[in-house]
Amino acid sequence: MSPVLEVRNITKRFPGVLANDHVSFTLEPGEIHAFLGENGAGKSTLMNILYGLYAPDEGEILINGQPVQIKGPGDAIGRGLGMVHQHFMLVPTLTVAENVMLGTEITAGLLLDQKTANAKVAALSAKYGLDVPPDALVMDLPVGVQQRAEIIKALYRGADMLILDEPTAVLTPQEADELFMVVRSLKAQGKSIIFISHKLKEVLAIADRITVLRRGRVAGIAEPKTSTEGSLAALMVGREVILTVPKTDAAPGAAVLTIADLTASDDRKLTAVDRLSLTVRSGEVLGIAGVQGNGQTELVEVITGLRPAQSGTIALLGQDITNIPPRAVIESGVGHVPEDRHRHGLVLSYPICDNLVLCTYYCEPFAHGVVIDDDAIDANADVLVKEFDVRTPSAHVNASTLSGGNQQKVVIARELSRENRLLIAAQPTRGLDVGSIEFIHRNIIAQRDRGAAVLLVSAELDEILALADTIAVMFKGSIIATLPRASATRESLGLLMAGVTTQEP
Amino acid sequence: MAASERAARPSIDIRQTMTDLLVPALAIFTALVIGAVIIFFSGASVAAAYSGLFSGALGSPKAIANTLVEATPYILAGLAVAIGFKCGLFNVGAEGQIIAGSLGSAIVGAATIPIPGFIHLLLALLAGALCGAFWGAIPGILRARTGAHEVITTIMLNYVAIRLADFLIKGPFRDRTSTAPRTPTIREDVWLPYLFGPEYRLHAGFLLAIALAIFIWWLLEKTTIGFEIRTVGQNPDAAQYAGMSITRNFVLAMSLSGALAGLAGACTILGVEHNYKAAFSGGYGFDSIAITLLASSNPIGIIPAAIFWGALRNGAGLMQLQSGISINLINIIQALVIIFVAADQIVRWIYRLPGSGGKRITFTRGWGG
Repeated sequence: MSPVLEVRNITKRFPGVLANDHVSFTLEPGEIHAFLGENGAGKSTLMNILYGLYAPDEGEILINGQPVQIKGPGDAIGRGLGMVHQHFMLVPTLTVAENVMLGTEITAGLLLDQKTANAKVAALSAKYGLDVPPDALVMDLPVGVQQRAEIIKALYRGADMLILDEPTAVLTPQEADELFMVVRSLKAQGKSIIFISHKLKEVLAIADRITVLRRGRVAGIAEPKTSTEGSLAALMVGREVILTVPKTDAAPGAAVLTIADLTASDDRKLTAVDRLSLTVRSGEVLGIAGVQGNGQTELVEVITGLRPAQSGTIALLGQDITNIPPRAVIESGVGHVPEDRHRHGLVLSYPICDNLVLCTYYCEPFAHGVVIDDDAIDANADVLVKEFDVRTPSAHVNASTLSGGNQQKVVIARELSRENRLLIAAQPTRGLDVGSIEFIHRNIIAQRDRGAAVLLVSAELDEILALADTIAVMFKGSIIATLPRASATRESLGLLMAGVTTQEP
Repeated sequence: MAASERAARPSIDIRQTMTDLLVPALAIFTALVIGAVIIFFSGASVAAAYSGLFSGALGSPKAIANTLVEATPYILAGLAVAIGFKCGLFNVGAEGQIIAGSLGSAIVGAATIPIPGFIHLLLALLAGALCGAFWGAIPGILRARTGAHEVITTIMLNYVAIRLADFLIKGPFRDRTSTAPRTPTIREDVWLPYLFGPEYRLHAGFLLAIALAIFIWWLLEKTTIGFEIRTVGQNPDAAQYAGMSITRNFVLAMSLSGALAGLAGACTILGVEHNYKAAFSGGYGFDSIAITLLASSNPIGIIPAAIFWGALRNGAGLMQLQSGISINLINIIQALVIIFVAADQIVRWIYRLPGSGGKRITFTRGWGG
């Protein structure tokens, strides 16, 4: 049978980022095709292109063998391509049936024909084993059922191909199991499914074929039968040439950061950091490797005072800094390159010069009492823009006008401009071009050589291997192994990242 | 937000500043043109109406003085709303805070205290500011501690203020010598002094308002306090990351906002009314939201926007007299100005101006949680 959907050499560029680089794949009838990749690997961009939200710069899309140009979501639906977004597009105060017919209302005269709509939804629900009550208000339904209402919406509009964007991210494990049954039933009825995820286990459980994306490119296509979590993890974080950073052997000194038995929850009140212990020494880069979502984000937030610790202690140079406010953490000598530069790292509507003093605006020489000294801020910006090679016409343009790499350089410049004892760098090069990556890597090593302790959190195995002196593997909220860089291989780390610890003592 | 931020810095784009001023100016112009069409179709003379409006508002020194008297509470209440916007808060409660401030200043101003009039005046102004700050701090604390949205709580507190004031002027603070429910009239030496004598009515409150506009601009743009308020307004996550306290800034911004609104009321009491009567405020608090929009929350821009608003209010009477057009036309023109400022793409389209490039007024974040 010929593929229902074929994508050839799709390329999409954003300023400073190559989001999709000659991506090709096919979707067969009745196939569950999983797309695996870290955040920023280009999955969302690819799906948004398929759904007509972005136009590709290069490449073509074929549906049932016919080249097509998808002009928008309506067009995509019309061609049989439905999408279930990670964040549902439902009106909470309407019933399931009303949501389903929204935009294509069934009317009887001037009134909505609720009965017919309910019957149609009930029929679809029964056919695919979705078990969605047509007349229930969406806001009264559990998340898993709301998601199935989204699926019905797409099916109602005649979708033969369904894109499920990170469908399990919002589900409990039980709801995820139910979803898998639904997906299999859809497959049994001949629907084709694109299943996007970064969770190895579920992809292995559900998919017929797995395309792994990495930095916008297809890193490999895997069959679940011949794959393991370890092999997928290695594929996902890369098997490219290791970026080399010129560096000497580490000369570790005294312990700077000591974490003991730390426990903390994520936003959904589930345990994210689980009795974690860790030590980072001065003059050393400790890299935390791990598949995303294993508590790395929460760990960094707890250390920096942005998230409360439930138990355990964090000490900086022997001083207890557990649950002290963010400013106190900063003042005790911690630099923090946050994971999400747009959300935490920058105020995009502020000029570069103000972003460069975001943490120190109240200190001399930038302020005398409460009065801000614009000249000192400008002088600081001039120095840092030059030193960190921020490519900008002026330090007075807004941070939003910079490319991703230059925005990150602003964050790095700010955090490295203080004399820090500890530098925490979370995903410091995500989504950046090679030139910026190299520059940032060299600066992180320079901090180490200056005697600072560096805690590097990265989903990029290459980055960990290139920078770290000691590697700690984080899995389900704890460090399951700590090993010196010299004895780590990509394969051994890949297994550890998948939670396989058998060969470790 | 407005391009006049960092005016002293070399990077200011003059053309951008001009465009920023152009849109409100064209919005006003368009509203006046549409107003003219409405006047024409209601059968009156456009020339008579607008010349009446103009001479009523600015035609004589007396008219100008009255316009500035009208503008004074608008400037102060506009500043109040602007500070909220800068911190990402939508203070719809200026009305209630004005009432709280008015009442506070009326009570303290009329109290018999054996101190010199000038000191007494300062005390009365302070009382107005503090009462307003208190009324503003309540929603600030509620938002910071419980997440209760300030739009809801400020609206509710408006009603509480109105009813509470009614009770107080009919009960404990009623002037026993008067038949109407009102507070006792304040002694003349406690009034805000007239700048050009009583026949011009313009009182020192206007100068206070101008000074405070400049002070608030300085506070927001040139101090660490303002930097924190603006950062919390622009990106609360980054503010928290940088060690700023969102809670503290919410309470601070709402208290400052309330204090300014309270002063708007105090200036009207101590400069114009000289006692607090039932149904006092008359919508200053709501008009000030419109004025702040017109000025895109720029403290200095609020001065001309408030004077324009005052001029419309002040000229309306003569317009009605000369042309027979209802003074409600002014409300229509005011509404049209706000529509065109809020929906600036319409103005840009009519006059073929370049797009705003995604620049938007920060209204409020976190609507509905």
